[in-house]
Amino acid sequence: MHGLINRSIQCFLRDTYGAESWNTIAAVAELGHNNFEALLDYDQAQTEAVLGAAAGHLGSPLEIVLEDLGTYLVSHSNMHSLRRLLRFGGESFVDFLHSLDELHDRARMAVPDLSVPVLELLDHSSSAFTLLVRHDYPGFGYVVLGVLRAMADDYGALVFLEHQGEKDRVEMVSIELLETGFAEGREFALAQAG
Amino acid sequence: MGCEMIELPLAVLDRLMPMHAIIGATGHISHAGPTLRKLEPGDGFAGARFLEVFELRRPRNVARMTELLAPGGTRLSLRLRGRPEIPLKGLVLPLPGDAGMLVNISFGIAATQAVGIFDLTSGDFPPTDLTIEMLYLVEAKEAVMNESRNLNMRLQGAKIAAEEQAYTDTLTGLKNRRAMDMILERYKSCGERFAVMHLDLDFFKQVNDTLGHAAGDLVLQEAARVLVEETRSEDTVVRFGGDEFVLLLHGLTGPEALKAVALRILKRLEEPILFQGVPCHISGSIGIALSDDYVEPEPERMLLDADKALYVSKNAGRACLSFAHDLQKGQATREPGVAAQGSG
Repeated sequence: MHGLINRSIQCFLRDTYGAESWNTIAAVAELGHNNFEALLDYDQAQTEAVLGAAAGHLGSPLEIVLEDLGTYLVSHSNMHSLRRLLRFGGESFVDFLHSLDELHDRARMAVPDLSVPVLELLDHSSSAFTLLVRHDYPGFGYVVLGVLRAMADDYGALVFLEHQGEKDRVEMVSIELLETGFAEGREFALAQAG
Repeated sequence: MGCEMIELPLAVLDRLMPMHAIIGATGHISHAGPTLRKLEPGDGFAGARFLEVFELRRPRNVARMTELLAPGGTRLSLRLRGRPEIPLKGLVLPLPGDAGMLVNISFGIAATQAVGIFDLTSGDFPPTDLTIEMLYLVEAKEAVMNESRNLNMRLQGAKIAAEEQAYTDTLTGLKNRRAMDMILERYKSCGERFAVMHLDLDFFKQVNDTLGHAAGDLVLQEAARVLVEETRSEDTVVRFGGDEFVLLLHGLTGPEALKAVALRILKRLEEPILFQGVPCHISGSIGIALSDDYVEPEPERMLLDADKALYVSKNAGRACLSFAHDLQKGQATREPGVAAQGSG
C-alpha cells in the first residue's frame, strides 16, 4: 500500500496515542522499522499488520480505529493540508458530498500511484444520501465515515452517518443531513495562510 | 457573412464571465463583472477609463481602446496599475453596432497570489473555470514536494552518517585506513608538504593479557585522545590497526618541530591510565618520514620508511623517536624523562 496511507496511519497513532504506543504497535506488527516514508511503497501485509496490532494494543474494534483515523485525517492540525484539499470540493457540505465522485481522480492527479477508494454518491432526496465505497482493502468505508464526520463538523453541518455493511467489495455509508447551518464551521479561504 | 445574434442579459454574462468588462466607445468602463469589481474594492471601476485603471503590457503603446479592435479579438497582457505584481491576461472583442467592446480577464497562473490579495472564494469563479482546480493542484503539489524534501533530507542525513562511519574507527573515533588513503592521495595530487608519524604503543599486549580487553580498549581510547589533543585540527590521526597509529601532519616538515610534537606525545603516553582504579602503564615508539626528503613523495614509500624508523626506535627501547632520513645512523632520540629499558 502507498506510503502516504501507511504514513498517515503512523501519524494518527503517534499523534493520538503517543510515540511509545506507536513504537509498541510497530514492534508487535513486526515491521522491522518504526517509520513509514510517505513516498515509498510498502507491502499491503504491513498495513494490515499495523492496523491489527493497533486494534489489539488499544483494545478497540478495528472499525473504530479506522473511523478515528478518518476523523484524524481531517481534524488534526498536522493534517491541515489534506483538510484544505478536501475543502476545495465545494462551498457547502452538500457540494462537498457531490465532489466525492471526483475524489479518486483528484487524488490521482496529485499522486499518480496513490490508490484511494472510488466513491459514488447516490442521492435519495435533498437530505438523504448513500455513499458507495469501492476499494480492495475492506474497511476503508470506516475511514471514509470518519472523514465525513469530521468534514460535516468542518462545514458546520449536522449529519447522521451509518456504515451499512459491505457487499461484493462495495461498502455503503448512509448519510442523513439534518441541518446544514447547525454550527459556525471552520474558516476556509482559497489562499493559504502565511 | 451571416452572423446570428442573441441578446444576453448582463446577469448571464456576469455568471459566465465574472471578470469581464464592457467598454464604451470613449474607452470608459460601463459595466464590470462581479469578480472583476472585487479588484477595485472602492467603486468597482464604475465610470473609469479602462486604460487609466489597467496598464497594457502587450500590445504596447496603445492610446485608445479602439486601436485594439480586430475581427477575431485581440489578446492582452495587462496589469492593474494599483497592483502591478499580479499579471493578468485578457481578450478584447468588438460588440455589434456602437455597443463598444467586451474585455474578459483572467489571472492565469497568478491566481494563487490573486485569491489571497483580493480575498476571493470559489463562488467568484464559474464552475467551468479551472482556476479552483489549479489552486487545488498547486496545494497538492506543495504537500507532495514537502514530503519529498523531507524524505531527501532523511536520506541525505543517513548517507552522511554512513560515510562518516565508513571512514571512522568505531572504538576510538579516529579516522581509519580508508580515510588515511584518501587524504594521502589528496596530499600527493596537490603536492602538499606533510609528515607521516608512525606510532606503536609499548606494553599494550601486557595490559590486554593481565587486565583484559576492556582495559585494552580503554588504553586505546585514552591514547587516541592524547594524539588528538597533541595535534592540530588540520592534522589527521589514524588508527592504523591494533595498537598502531599513524599521524599525518599537514604542512609540518621541520624536524625540530616534529621532534617536539613526538616528544610531547611520548611524555603523555608515559602517564598511567586508570582502569577500574588499577593503573595501566604503557609507552610508545615513533618513526617519522618527511615529504621534503623525497623528490617525488610516494605515500606508500613514506609509510614504509616511517615504519622502518619506528623499528629503530623500538630497538632503542621505550619512548623513543627517530627519523627515516637518519636510518643509516640507526640512532633514536629518547623522551628525556624516561630511563633506558626494553620496550614491549
